[in-house]
Amino acid sequence: MFSHLILGLRSAGLPSSITEYLTLMGAMKAGVADYSVEDFYYLARATLVKDERHLDKFDRVFGACFKGLEAPEGVKVQELPEEWLRKLAEKMLSPEEMAKIEAMGGFDALMKRLQELLAEQKSRHQGGSKWIGTAGTSPFGAYGANPEGVRIGQDKSRNRTAVKVWDKREFKDLDDTVELGTRGMKLALRRLRRFARQGAATELDLPDTIRSTAKNAGSLDLKMVPERHNTVKVLMLFDIGGSMDDHVKLTEELFSAVRTEFKHLEYYYFHNCPYERVWKNNRRRHEEVIPTWQVLRTYGPDYKLIIVGDGAMSPYEITMAGGSVEHWNEEAGTVWLDRLKGHYRRAAWLNPTPKQSWGHVRSINMLNDLMEGRMFPLTVNGIDDMTRELSR
Amino acid sequence: MAGFKSTDKYIASRDLEVAVNAAVTLQRPLLVKGEPGTGKTVLAHEVAQSLGMPLIEWHIKSTTKAQQGLYEYDAVSRLRDGQLGDERVRDIGNYIVKGKLWEAFESEQQVLVLIDEIDKADIEFPNDLLLELDRMQFFVYETRKTIAARFRPIVIITSNNEKELPDAFLRRCFFHYIRFPDRETMEMIVQTHYPDIRKDLAREALNVFFQVREVPGLKKKPATSELLDWLKLLMVEDLPVEALRANEKHVVIPPLHGALLKNEQDVHLFERLAFLARRGG
Repeated sequence: MFSHLILGLRSAGLPSSITEYLTLMGAMKAGVADYSVEDFYYLARATLVKDERHLDKFDRVFGACFKGLEAPEGVKVQELPEEWLRKLAEKMLSPEEMAKIEAMGGFDALMKRLQELLAEQKSRHQGGSKWIGTAGTSPFGAYGANPEGVRIGQDKSRNRTAVKVWDKREFKDLDDTVELGTRGMKLALRRLRRFARQGAATELDLPDTIRSTAKNAGSLDLKMVPERHNTVKVLMLFDIGGSMDDHVKLTEELFSAVRTEFKHLEYYYFHNCPYERVWKNNRRRHEEVIPTWQVLRTYGPDYKLIIVGDGAMSPYEITMAGGSVEHWNEEAGTVWLDRLKGHYRRAAWLNPTPKQSWGHVRSINMLNDLMEGRMFPLTVNGIDDMTRELSR
Repeated sequence: MAGFKSTDKYIASRDLEVAVNAAVTLQRPLLVKGEPGTGKTVLAHEVAQSLGMPLIEWHIKSTTKAQQGLYEYDAVSRLRDGQLGDERVRDIGNYIVKGKLWEAFESEQQVLVLIDEIDKADIEFPNDLLLELDRMQFFVYETRKTIAARFRPIVIITSNNEKELPDAFLRRCFFHYIRFPDRETMEMIVQTHYPDIRKDLAREALNVFFQVREVPGLKKKPATSELLDWLKLLMVEDLPVEALRANEKHVVIPPLHGALLKNEQDVHLFERLAFLARRGG
């Protein structure tokens, strides 16, 4: 009966399943929502959304579904959840109003009339479907629009507050596809920490237990060893200069905050595209350069390579020898990237620009291809995907 | 069945009530998330009280295994008893230690089980409890017995979001995210906890509290529990309201800030802001 809601949720990318939908139906049947729109919203939210990141999306889809504003599957006005309406009406109607309805030819006649009205309204208001939408799916609105003056939705404020609840979109900043904010930082940190940590807290040291039990003349003596500590080593290359500086600062802070969690965390800077030299101190970038070969020699293939950069540059900077804007590079960026990628089996590129805009920049596409699609946006979600890719 | 409502000690928003009632009615676990200090754990106590059920608490640590909630087989003491020739060793049942869920399943009446901070445990922990929470039964391998719940317990699970929970687990739960209360709700919460607090004191304290929460860069924003502690201190000290009033909207370090700010960086941040405010004003 509310299948358009769950279809809408699924097409909006929420992982709501049939099981959860059935649970919702079960709860409705058990009368948890008590035939109030607001409670229904809360119930649907508790049943179908399992992660606060999705609450905002849910609010939007719910709003769309029950308002008719560009509903994903096109809410059909004719398919009113009649039973729901009827029960709601019975609850809300005063005896006099019930009598009035009877005078009009009973509930069914009223419903029919209403549907005719709605259909009529639709053909006149093409595009501006707000009226129908409200009326179509919200029972209060439906009755409110009835010209016969059967004002069932007399206490309309309830309806309005209900609508407001999901129109307020209070969970907007919990959505994880937006760029990192303060809260996002925290979450990203957790992801990174999870990336770094492995293993249980203590484990039985079997050889030592056997040895010391034998020493004890056979009476048991258990020996435990602390967990195998994390072995994750990370090498980071930051694109620095110009528009990247803010992002670099953010990313640097992010990673240095979890540096204690990694076994090793090393970082170097480059400009636009990594070539034969990188540097550690940006202020002295021309004096203290380190050959990239040295980096490759120093940090073995067990390091995981994370390159942070917006990847926006002229394609020549990637493909041509001498394409760099800063110096004459003997070998093209592609050569160096291939070399890095060949050396570090686990490599990824973090891009702070929004993923939607990548398609418009040719160099980003080229880099993404070079990285074999392992370019991730600098969002909580992106970091999540990246860590998963890197720890595979 | 009597539904769960705000009590005189706990203010529950309408959406929370709906979520709790749905979980109680359909007898499925309720997963509660939210900022630390917004009353996730307290919720379980209140629900248990308002439904008149005993509460069984299972606090999860990073080393907790799902099996420990069911039972543990103490092989080490059996081995030791075996070495000493104890008669108890013949019956393996003597070495089965019951866990919290077993306790709940065996109970003579319906109970409420709180699984506190489930995200602290290993990432596989929730998966290991799927079947047990679904069917409310489990099999004891050592004694070849199936333990089934006499009355399906109501399960409330809290999470601080440190780890993502598996989808299969989430699908079986109801979910509620406790939002940080707005000012109005907060006033009600203060009112229920300290009915005899001076009105002006409460108002000024809330002003300061929300001001503190809005300071950018705080490591740990004070939450409801901190506010309540702080108010209690203020009442005990019987401070004049003027001490709380920020002059000309400048940031001042609130009196007895130790209850609100829980780490030294935050206190430093405040001292710096106060210093700047003094210099600027």
